[in-house]
Amino acid sequence: MATPIIIRNLTKKFGNVVAVNNVSLTIEPGAFLTLLGPSGCGKTTLLRCISGLEDPDDGEIVIGEKLVYSRAKGISLPPGQRDLGLVFQNYALWPHMTVYKNITFALEIQKLSKEDMDKRVKESLAEVQMEGYEDRYPREMSGGQQQRIALARMLAYRPKVFLMDEPLSNLDARLRMDMRTELKRLHHISGATTVYVTHDQIEAMTMSTNIAIMKEGVIQQNDTPDKVYHYPANLFVADFIGNPKINLMEGWVSGPGSVDLGKFNVPVRTYNKTGDVVVGIRPEDITVSTTPIDHGVEFQAYSVLPSGADTTIIARKGETELTVKEIGVSKIQMDQKIWLTFNSDAINLYDKETGNLING
Amino acid sequence: MAVFGKTDQRSQKLFAYGRRFFRWLTTPHVFLSLIMLVIMFYMVIIPLYRMIMTTITVQDIDLRVIKDAEVGDLTPYHWVRMLFGQIAKIMTYEPLVHSLTISLGATALALTIGGLMAWLVVRTDIPGREVIHTLATIPYIMPSWTIAMAWTVMFKNRTSGGTPGILEFITGAPTPDWLAYGPIPIIVSSGLHYYTFFFLFVSAALLSIDSSLEEAGELAGAGRWVIMRKITFPLVLPAIASGFIMTFSKTMGTFGGPNVLGVPVRYYTLSTMLRSNTGIGNYGDAFVLAIVLIMFAMVTIMLNQKMVGTRKSYETIGGRGFMAQKTKLRNWKGFMIVLVIIFQFIIAVLPLVLLIWSTLMLRTGNYSPSNLTLAHWIGQSDLSINNGEPGVLLNPKIYKGAWNSIRLSLWTAFFTALLGVILGYSIVKGRGTRLSKIVEQLAFIPYVIPGIAFGAVYISMFTKPFGPIPPLYGTFALLVVVSVAKHIPYSARSGVSAMLQVGKELEEAAAIAGATPWQRFKRIIFPLTSTGFVSGFLMTFITTMRELSLIILLVTPSTQVLASMTMRYIENGNEQQANAVIIILIFLVLLGNFIISRFRGGSLKKGLGM
Ligand SMILES: Nc1ncnc2c1ncn2[C@@H]1O[C@H](COP(=O)(O)OP(=O)(O)O)[C@@H](O)[C@H]1O
Ligand SMILES: [Mg+2]
Repeated sequence: MATPIIIRNLTKKFGNVVAVNNVSLTIEPGAFLTLLGPSGCGKTTLLRCISGLEDPDDGEIVIGEKLVYSRAKGISLPPGQRDLGLVFQNYALWPHMTVYKNITFALEIQKLSKEDMDKRVKESLAEVQMEGYEDRYPREMSGGQQQRIALARMLAYRPKVFLMDEPLSNLDARLRMDMRTELKRLHHISGATTVYVTHDQIEAMTMSTNIAIMKEGVIQQNDTPDKVYHYPANLFVADFIGNPKINLMEGWVSGPGSVDLGKFNVPVRTYNKTGDVVVGIRPEDITVSTTPIDHGVEFQAYSVLPSGADTTIIARKGETELTVKEIGVSKIQMDQKIWLTFNSDAINLYDKETGNLING
Repeated sequence: MAVFGKTDQRSQKLFAYGRRFFRWLTTPHVFLSLIMLVIMFYMVIIPLYRMIMTTITVQDIDLRVIKDAEVGDLTPYHWVRMLFGQIAKIMTYEPLVHSLTISLGATALALTIGGLMAWLVVRTDIPGREVIHTLATIPYIMPSWTIAMAWTVMFKNRTSGGTPGILEFITGAPTPDWLAYGPIPIIVSSGLHYYTFFFLFVSAALLSIDSSLEEAGELAGAGRWVIMRKITFPLVLPAIASGFIMTFSKTMGTFGGPNVLGVPVRYYTLSTMLRSNTGIGNYGDAFVLAIVLIMFAMVTIMLNQKMVGTRKSYETIGGRGFMAQKTKLRNWKGFMIVLVIIFQFIIAVLPLVLLIWSTLMLRTGNYSPSNLTLAHWIGQSDLSINNGEPGVLLNPKIYKGAWNSIRLSLWTAFFTALLGVILGYSIVKGRGTRLSKIVEQLAFIPYVIPGIAFGAVYISMFTKPFGPIPPLYGTFALLVVVSVAKHIPYSARSGVSAMLQVGKELEEAAAIAGATPWQRFKRIIFPLTSTGFVSGFLMTFITTMRELSLIILLVTPSTQVLASMTMRYIENGNEQQANAVIIILIFLVLLGNFIISRFRGGSLKKGLGM
């Protein structure tokens, strides 16, 4: 029932800026795909091209059975004929209409009967837990409530695809957390293919079935959250995902199963490649010991930053600085000597030239 | 087969291209932009072109002078004659100097008064701010030559006016000529009328200045004068530039004041000279003057914008900043408020009192109570007064003129509002495209063409049929066309700002929901912009009611409006009737203001961006 989306070689330019650069992307039916990337990387533009609000310069877009855009064939369906709904960053509720009117606008266009409309309004308001708000005007509601109404407005006309452009970015931290929960349930229940734009990696990691990470109009990696986190496809993704940030160190493969980082070696899976590499290891994949241990590399605790649930330790050895994460409250004191061991299974190697992941 | 496949591919490509082109063409803002281009081309570009052609071709009237020529032949005759001939001094150069004198003088006066008042109202603790602001809008509802007419009532003298004015009556001594007629009265009367542009622009700019900028200067140890010069002044400079452009181009092409106060002593400006040439059908020469006028207005405006360094300086500055520290007037408070009130009284109330008084005098110049009468208002036709014209309230010609004024203003306001919606939509939706830029720039052109020259442009356009358009000269429709065309820059500007207030997402959300362009317009855009358009409608109504320079060359006896009737009465020596007509005109403007502002909360203040 759910609808796949296929994007082929999509390009959109604004003058000299290539906002979307030859993007090809397949979105499985029922997926929750998040476009993630720094501000200005082209997420919104890509989403708007899918919605039909922006006319691309080249490529093809298929939504379900419909070819909605093709430059070669000269086709571009208007947004209203693409069976999709869009939630805007600033909600875009019509200020001169009540909640009821905002929701029934699309239904009137679909020529639903009055009873059906009433029913749909009731249902969709219930879905976002805003029952009884029919007669309010947008300005009479808080940001969080407007956000829910914007969702209800989309749900009411039952589009096959949900598009959302940073819908939570204008909410405060707590509301954002609540809405994440709600949005994920909404997707779970409706099963509609969803394309979600955000620059917040926590949002992306927690809600998505797939994450497509973008940089300068190009998709860097399109994978499950798990894969994106544990096997970042290149240095950009590795660096972008994860908080605290991943440790990246230049080194060279000195023998099977070992990378020479100058002052010390780290154990890695066996690669058949040799040469200059960049080693990537997440802070939680480094273990700390307060006493010397086997294979332990001596460091000094430069700074210790507890946050309750875990503790971030900045460790130094000469010029080399590593970020380490320990679960719980750490007993390590600043300037204390510590010994680090590395989980070789969790280490990824990147080609120094291309920055791409080296597959072992 | 291969060849066949190739052509097939090519035709497919062509087909795709065709569809893309069709889609582009049917995008609402593209489609509307193109329509606007055609309309503006017809209304602005072609008339200008035709006017220029008239000056370099032989006209009927020239056949007596130019031998062996046919109408339509190319000739430098008009330009040579008007710029280098014996008559050049009287016909061109003197009027040009006069026009420049008057517009620069009036602009300087208006700037001084308007700037000072803005500073007083915004940056000092003067009381009664609201009242001052409201009174400052009054000049907008009065015809620009109202003060000029009141001036003659007050200052005319026996030497050139026939009968003595009030001053001469009081002092007993003849009022000196320089005070009665000529440049000084024209400059003062127009400066007093136009100060309000500067007042509104500068006070808006002062209001929008973030006081922390000035405080930063103060903390850096700058004195008050240095702060004023180095921080405040540069920040209000764009507003001053807007006021300058507006006042300069208006006074450059103004007809009323110079006609009332200049022509009686043969002090001609380009506008009055232009009128006397078109009056005798000498279009070739007249249009040379019109072009000279346009050139000077354009050059000044361009220089001005270059100096200020911002191309958009004609846009009023909006937005409310933080409240700046107010200068304490202390002991001067009472004095200042009295001064401001007296000043506003002189500008807004006194002229009306003088005009009404003059309409109550049977014979001009006789100030005895026995001379008071209502004859000019409700008297029957009497050959011994007013060449036999009945009192204005019994005069069918006046009713005809009033009706013409009203319907001209309503039609103009309607079409201007319509164009405003369309221009605003096409410019804003197309932002960043070349088409949108062209539309915006084309829409700006009428702004730099002084009123009377713009009217002149239309004489040449519509004396003969042109394309699908029948000859419009002498028709009422021509007055509507020229008024709408002259308003295009204002309608574009208010349309753009109204459209910008509606976030583009609001329309996009409707598009996603499947609404057609028309449904989007009807249900989203129109309801959200209508307040702005009612204000725009009101502004246009008011400015058209009291517009004179623009239409003076185009009215005929059957299309007379109240504004042009005042001039005819003045020229025929029926001073009281002229003044009565002005009073009626102002009354109708107030009435219109009252009625229109009932709808959807539009108001004059909003229209002025206050
Ligand atoms: N309407 C537009 N006109 C010109 N440039 C634009 C427009 N929209 C986006 N861009 C440019 O395209 C790039 C991508 O923008 P956007 O898709 O909004 O990024 P994101 O949503 O990832 O922050 C940016 O460089 C932006 O400046
Ligand atoms: Mg964005």
